[in-house]
Amino acid sequence: MKNILAVIKKEFFRFFKDRRLMLTTLILPGLMIFVVYSIMGDALLNKFGGDSEYTPIVYVNEIPESINNLFNASELKLEKKSYNESEIEAIKEKITKKEADLLIIFPDNFDEVVKNYDVKDGLPAPNIEIYYCSVNTESSKAYSIIATLLDGYEKSLSNKFNINFGDNYDLSTSKEATGTIFSMMLPFLILTFLFSACISVAPEAIAGEKERGTIATLLVTPIKRSELAIGKIISLSVIAILSALSSFVGTIASLPKLMGASRDEGEIISANIYTFTDYMFVLLIILTTVLVVISLMAILSAIAKSVKEASTIISPLMIITMLVGITSMFGDVSSNRVLYLIPIFNSVQAMGGIFSFNADVVAILITLISNVCYSVILVYILTRVFNNEKIMFSK
Amino acid sequence: MTEEILKVIDISKTFVLSKKQQKLEGITCDKKVAVNHLSFSAYKGEIYGLLGPNGAGKTTTLRIMSTLIKPDSGDVIVDGASVCTSADIVRGKIGFLTSELKLEDFFTPNYLFDFFSELHNVPEDKRNDQKKKLFDRFGINEFAEVKVGNLSTGMKQKASLAISLVHDPDIIIFDEPTNGLDVITAKVITDFLQELRAEGKTIIISTHIFSLVEKICDRVGIIINGKMVVSDELNKITNGLPLEDVFFDIYSKEAGAEE
Ligand SMILES: Nc1ncnc2c1ncn2[C@@H]1O[C@H](COP(=O)(O)OP(=O)(O)OP(=O)(O)O)[C@@H](O)[C@H]1O
Ligand SMILES: [Mg+2]
Repeated sequence: MKNILAVIKKEFFRFFKDRRLMLTTLILPGLMIFVVYSIMGDALLNKFGGDSEYTPIVYVNEIPESINNLFNASELKLEKKSYNESEIEAIKEKITKKEADLLIIFPDNFDEVVKNYDVKDGLPAPNIEIYYCSVNTESSKAYSIIATLLDGYEKSLSNKFNINFGDNYDLSTSKEATGTIFSMMLPFLILTFLFSACISVAPEAIAGEKERGTIATLLVTPIKRSELAIGKIISLSVIAILSALSSFVGTIASLPKLMGASRDEGEIISANIYTFTDYMFVLLIILTTVLVVISLMAILSAIAKSVKEASTIISPLMIITMLVGITSMFGDVSSNRVLYLIPIFNSVQAMGGIFSFNADVVAILITLISNVCYSVILVYILTRVFNNEKIMFSK
Repeated sequence: MTEEILKVIDISKTFVLSKKQQKLEGITCDKKVAVNHLSFSAYKGEIYGLLGPNGAGKTTTLRIMSTLIKPDSGDVIVDGASVCTSADIVRGKIGFLTSELKLEDFFTPNYLFDFFSELHNVPEDKRNDQKKKLFDRFGINEFAEVKVGNLSTGMKQKASLAISLVHDPDIIIFDEPTNGLDVITAKVITDFLQELRAEGKTIIISTHIFSLVEKICDRVGIIINGKMVVSDELNKITNGLPLEDVFFDIYSKEAGAEE
């Protein structure tokens, strides 16, 4: 026990006294994510958000009486007139040059033609031509507004029945919407951050010590191999969690910008929607997951001959973990509790459940307990590896 | 005769070689017998020298004695404890120093001395006495707060030596103690080994330097091809002749017998 503490103390001293190491594992990951995501958010906002002050310029040729009211209700700025051929060409030119946004040409006597049209006649239906420019964000936006309006009008003409005409029928609260987004993104992000944090500390601390011959110095002292294994794993886990936390803070800080791009104004994403218990569960899941991941990496690093070899062995593991992490993006959380015995997958699913307000406490407990069991088994294996002279002192 | 404090009893060690190692050693067999039924004893308060050419099995023997690796057969009894069954106890009784045991670059000799004292369960007051004694003896105080990574080879060797003795062990095992050191630093270390002997410690060193053996060893074991060829008091082996001549004599006989 005393020796475990001595090892932990030494590892912490090593880490917290090294400014370069602190910078690269604690400050940089979060800072980089914040900068990259913020820039990404800004870029998305420019691309899809457009300028909210701008009113598109829309030319309408021969607007029919029926449509006029419909269009007036929209906030578009309409130039309604009867244009001649050359004027129409000029407008098209303007749209191409992004000086105007939309040109709508109705067939002559639109209302009458529509009224008399019968599908059974087999003749082509009357066609409304809408000219726009797809590379112009404002033009595309205006196009989709008009197309939606006309689509609704067309459906109302046959008027056998309507679905969700007019009002907002979406009863989901913004809390649930946020929960869905969080449950899709956060488990994957958390797992990615944890894994990269572990990769940045474990090979160096185990394979590095072996490569440099410093672990042998420890092994000739009376410290038990199990004490060394536990001391290493606990200290590395704490450092990995701190490093992952840095990435996490970076993400949370840039989230409003990233989300703002794809959501309406006013709906601010906020993490206040979860309870204290939710957070405690997530924290416990993170802790036990890190224990499993660090222990596994420690074993692979102990088997490897060098830091380089350790990183090479671990990278396939990274890919598998990422694939498992992506399962959270499918939205659905598994209800089969046996699946919560699968390490890493269980953490992703359990976190997904918590973030989407579908937490299954039994599944979470299965996750936590099985993770702890796996860690104990892995620590035992690491002890065996430390005891194996062929692995530790091979030439 | 004084007490046999360390007994090496018929130990053997065979390494399985990888393809790469076979090429390096220039042999086609995938096994290498590094130590072959080797026995010897060291007595309390003496310096015992293991002498042998490169690849003879000296380091392997010392690693077995210090519990880093286990013998395939045979045993080593260190002050009553077996390296096979009570390695933990043996580790507490010996101080082991070889070039393969390194100190972490990031830490200072002072920090590492405290850290290893803790692992050896040395009480605080004893630790401070021992630290003062060893640091004064080797002039470590000057660089006690300098990171190991910034020390010269000689300074590192001195720090390693001090740290391998944190627990004031009665048995000290050094693999090539003066390797890579200049004559001044080498003398500091050989003088120190003689002081330790005067304190009643038992010291086992390995070397291929005849002058070192002649200067400090009480008894010598000559290892060739993993086998102990002779193990006796230095003057009984040499009979007044130079050790080098005696060694070559033994070596040519042994090599002839091999073929
Ligand atoms: N871990 C190992 N794996 C394979 N072969 C090994 C291993 N350790 C030692 N050997 C081989 O065993 C033989 C004895 O090696 P050892 O290091 O004990 O010799 P030595 O007497 O210390 O030589 P030197 O004077 O060069 O240090 C050598 O042929 C060496 O290549
Ligand atoms: Mg050697």
